[in-house]
Amino acid sequence: MIRVTLPYHLRTLARVSKEVELQVDGLATLGAVLDTLEAQYPVLRGTIRDHVTHERRPFLRFFACGEDLSLDPPDTRLPEAILTGVESFRIVGAMAGG
Amino acid sequence: MNGVRILVGTRKGAFILTSDARRERWDINGPYFAGWEIYHMNGSPADPDRLYASQSTGWFGQLIQRSNDGGQTWEPVGNQFAYDGVPGTHQWYDGTQHPWEFKRVWSLAPSLTDPDTVYAGVEDAAMFRSTDGGQTWQELPGLRAAKGHLWSPGAGGMCLHTIILDPSDPQRMFIAISAAGAFRTDDGGQAWRPVNNGLKSNFELPDPSAEVGHCVHNIAMHPARPGVLFMQKHWDVMRSDDAGDSWREVSGNLPSDFGFPIAVHAHEPETIYVVPIKSDSEHFPPDGKLRVYRSRTGGNEWEALTKGLPQRDCYVNVLRSALAVDSLDSCGIYFGTTGGQVYASADSGDSWTPIVHDLPAVLSVEVQTLL
Repeated sequence: MIRVTLPYHLRTLARVSKEVELQVDGLATLGAVLDTLEAQYPVLRGTIRDHVTHERRPFLRFFACGEDLSLDPPDTRLPEAILTGVESFRIVGAMAGG
Repeated sequence: MNGVRILVGTRKGAFILTSDARRERWDINGPYFAGWEIYHMNGSPADPDRLYASQSTGWFGQLIQRSNDGGQTWEPVGNQFAYDGVPGTHQWYDGTQHPWEFKRVWSLAPSLTDPDTVYAGVEDAAMFRSTDGGQTWQELPGLRAAKGHLWSPGAGGMCLHTIILDPSDPQRMFIAISAAGAFRTDDGGQAWRPVNNGLKSNFELPDPSAEVGHCVHNIAMHPARPGVLFMQKHWDVMRSDDAGDSWREVSGNLPSDFGFPIAVHAHEPETIYVVPIKSDSEHFPPDGKLRVYRSRTGGNEWEALTKGLPQRDCYVNVLRSALAVDSLDSCGIYFGTTGGQVYASADSGDSWTPIVHDLPAVLSVEVQTLL
């Protein structure tokens, strides 16, 4: 089971708590986790990635085990600690102040 | 309920203000979609409990929300706005061509007869239609074929912000784009043509009378006279008596003819309202006095409406979609400010009262008259 931590507004939108748990079929890559997340919570389609190109929205980042995977390709294999649920895969909104 | 429901979109959420027909005591509900920008909310004329809201942020993009109970509960519907075919390019700030890129929905216009049909005006400027209550959206690509390669963004983005459906002819619609101008379709949205003859943009365009490129800020129409249109342009208040085929200036004695919104009285088609702003460089009222101006002659002769409005030290703006009217016997006028106030007049603008003082900056105000 893969744990995914969502930013506040996406939790509100999906009506979930801070984390969701996903059963990812096949190889648990970065793209597969996002595909599964969107399949389980269709309301999130278009809010993390572009509907068609699947390009990451500019002000979101993907963190895993202290690493920034935001610029990595979708077929990137996630770290073992993410696959085993020890750590959560984090979707993070950019900081904005002022 | 016999009364008024005001749909207020702000920088940080949506609010719904309701009152009975006396319009003296208001209930304020919200924020809905807290923390998100609500560029526009609008109700279906065919079913007043069917509402649509445009919800967006720079982080998470665009959502469309729908309510079937007058705004008590909401559900997200479709948010995929894909341009038809190859999107093509438009004029960019440096004169080069730039690809069309969807950014947000500025305006929602439900059909006058079908609650499930709704039009969306978007940035980068294009028109979309849904016929399934907002679940799916299809572009009306004929609009961008109307010299779209010559359109360019204003400072606020290249946005389709105004949609007017002609109640006498379901095939006719008007839209306005900053900075492209006004456009009309006579065949339900397949073919469009610019209707900017008579507009002059002396400071903004190399050819002041160009067919497209004008920064139209807002257009208003009285439903009983759909051939008569009123326009607040970047500079100039304009009028057309032939459905946009030609325009003439009616700024008259306004202290400034720069501004954003324009509205028509519900029962007097020659009574119109604007909120003059000092200039495109200083987006606040002249002399720090918040004044709505009313013309009872369809333009040219204007009177300042000040009773109940701040007449010193006021430096808010009133944005293009933030002025609206109800259709009760004594016509109500409403507007919201970038300072978070929503003002109401239950006597056609003679006197004003703030309904609420401290909302986030108001982006849009729509009014439903509930009978």
